[in-house]
Amino acid sequence: MAMTAARRERVRTVVYSLVLLVVCLGAWQALAGAGGKGSKGSGIPGPVAVAQTSWHMLADPFYDRGPNDKGFGLQLGYSLGRLAMGYLAASVVAIMLGVALGSSPALFKAANPFIQILKPISPLAWMPLFLYTIKNAGQAAVLVIFMSSLWPTMANTAFGVASIKRDYLNVSRLLQLSWPRRFFQVILPAAAPAILAGLRISIGSAWVAIVAAEMLIGGTGVGYFVWNEWNNLALNSVIFAILAIGLVGVLLDFGLGRVAKLVAYTE
Amino acid sequence: MAFLEIDHATKFFPDPDGRGQLCVFRDVAFGVERGEFVTMVGHSGCGKSTLLNIIAGLETPSLGGVVLEGREISGPGMDRMVVFQNFSLMPWMTVTQNVRLAVRSAYPSWPSRKIEEWVERYVEMVGLTGAENKRPSALSGGMKQRVGLARAFATEPKVLLLDEPFAQIDALTRGVIQEELVRMWTASRNTVFMVTHDVDEAILLSDRIALMTNGPDARLAEIVEVKIARPRFRSSIIDDPEYARLRSHIIHFLVERSRHLQEQAVAEAHPEGSRAAGELIPTR
Repeated sequence: MAMTAARRERVRTVVYSLVLLVVCLGAWQALAGAGGKGSKGSGIPGPVAVAQTSWHMLADPFYDRGPNDKGFGLQLGYSLGRLAMGYLAASVVAIMLGVALGSSPALFKAANPFIQILKPISPLAWMPLFLYTIKNAGQAAVLVIFMSSLWPTMANTAFGVASIKRDYLNVSRLLQLSWPRRFFQVILPAAAPAILAGLRISIGSAWVAIVAAEMLIGGTGVGYFVWNEWNNLALNSVIFAILAIGLVGVLLDFGLGRVAKLVAYTE
Repeated sequence: MAFLEIDHATKFFPDPDGRGQLCVFRDVAFGVERGEFVTMVGHSGCGKSTLLNIIAGLETPSLGGVVLEGREISGPGMDRMVVFQNFSLMPWMTVTQNVRLAVRSAYPSWPSRKIEEWVERYVEMVGLTGAENKRPSALSGGMKQRVGLARAFATEPKVLLLDEPFAQIDALTRGVIQEELVRMWTASRNTVFMVTHDVDEAILLSDRIALMTNGPDARLAEIVEVKIARPRFRSSIIDDPEYARLRSHIIHFLVERSRHLQEQAVAEAHPEGSRAAGELIPTR
């Protein structure tokens, strides 16, 4: 039967994907089995064991039995709450700074050396300073998220604003648009695709940072969950959490990808 | 003094090699009366679009100035509106939103209901009813420029500036839109300054045509009057003997004299180091 080239390509993609899945699961099972030959506690749990644990976790995700025994859904909620606070605050600040930097080449050149120094610093390096100054572990973690999601959005916004076509700015000059209208009707929508690209990178690095931050501060969140389960030597739960963190990261990126499609435009 | 007066405008740009300055055009002086349609024709590089931008307030002249109703222009204003060669519509806005942005700026005190009616009226005037919610990327070049015309006319500017408005539109559509422009202009009687390469378009639309010599260091060589009665139609105007005479005059100018006059002016200007004026500046 004849298949179109596009269809054949899609079938091939699905087949490759399934092969990769089987290879990964196989390697995992082999690794788990190899470890399990000797005494039974030393091995990494295999896919089946993890699937069983996952089933239990997902069956009751929101229970709360004290500080060291909370449902995974609850922990995820804590992490997403911190993420939302730090990320939203950082995005507002980064977009405003980015617009300022993007509209003034002199300001951009002046600020660039400082940004270049601040950018490569791991957001976690700020943690001691935050803990010392605000003396609240939860807020310090939020600030770490803030630091981790600031630079990509700012750099992309500055780039997007700097490369707005002169024509659009000329029209807004001809129409004598007031500053707020110029900002919301011309500058933001014109730079929106670049800003969204920055926001997507930022949410990725924020999600990476929060796990590490929560391991440090302890108490709540998926990072703390992973560390706590490690202390319990519950590797099933650790592996389940690893997979869940990856999945949530994909969903966050997917969500922003949808927003990016909404603000995209063709000239 | 005319309604719109270009008062000995000269424009220098930085030299490409960065050492000195390059004169784009020099000592351009002419007036446009209220309700008049004046077109400037010249080769690329004679600075005609730069002059239009100066009138719009988007650029400033190096010497001289532009006076509208007795007041010198110092920047953009709602009394002037531009129709751009590349349309310059906001690509993230629909047809309605593009026109509304301009109408809101022109009439900030109007209630939104009145603004909507006004926008609708102009969208209908350019025949875009039904395409109101489309974005520019979904429109043909001709339709995009209709939005450009609606946007400009809807603000009722004292001076309408047309920067090669039909250059990017295919030849068949161009004629239709030119006639739409004539219809809208006849109804509104804005003062119009247009810049174009297209001699036929200039004759069809204009009351007077300003001819520029070649750039750099371009001058205004002469202004010819189009003594063809209105309304003019593309189909009948080509049989008018005056049309043939004007067309041949302008094309001769563009092919030969525009270059010759420039060389002459530059030769005169540079040995003495003085600015060539006199015969090249029309004494209207």
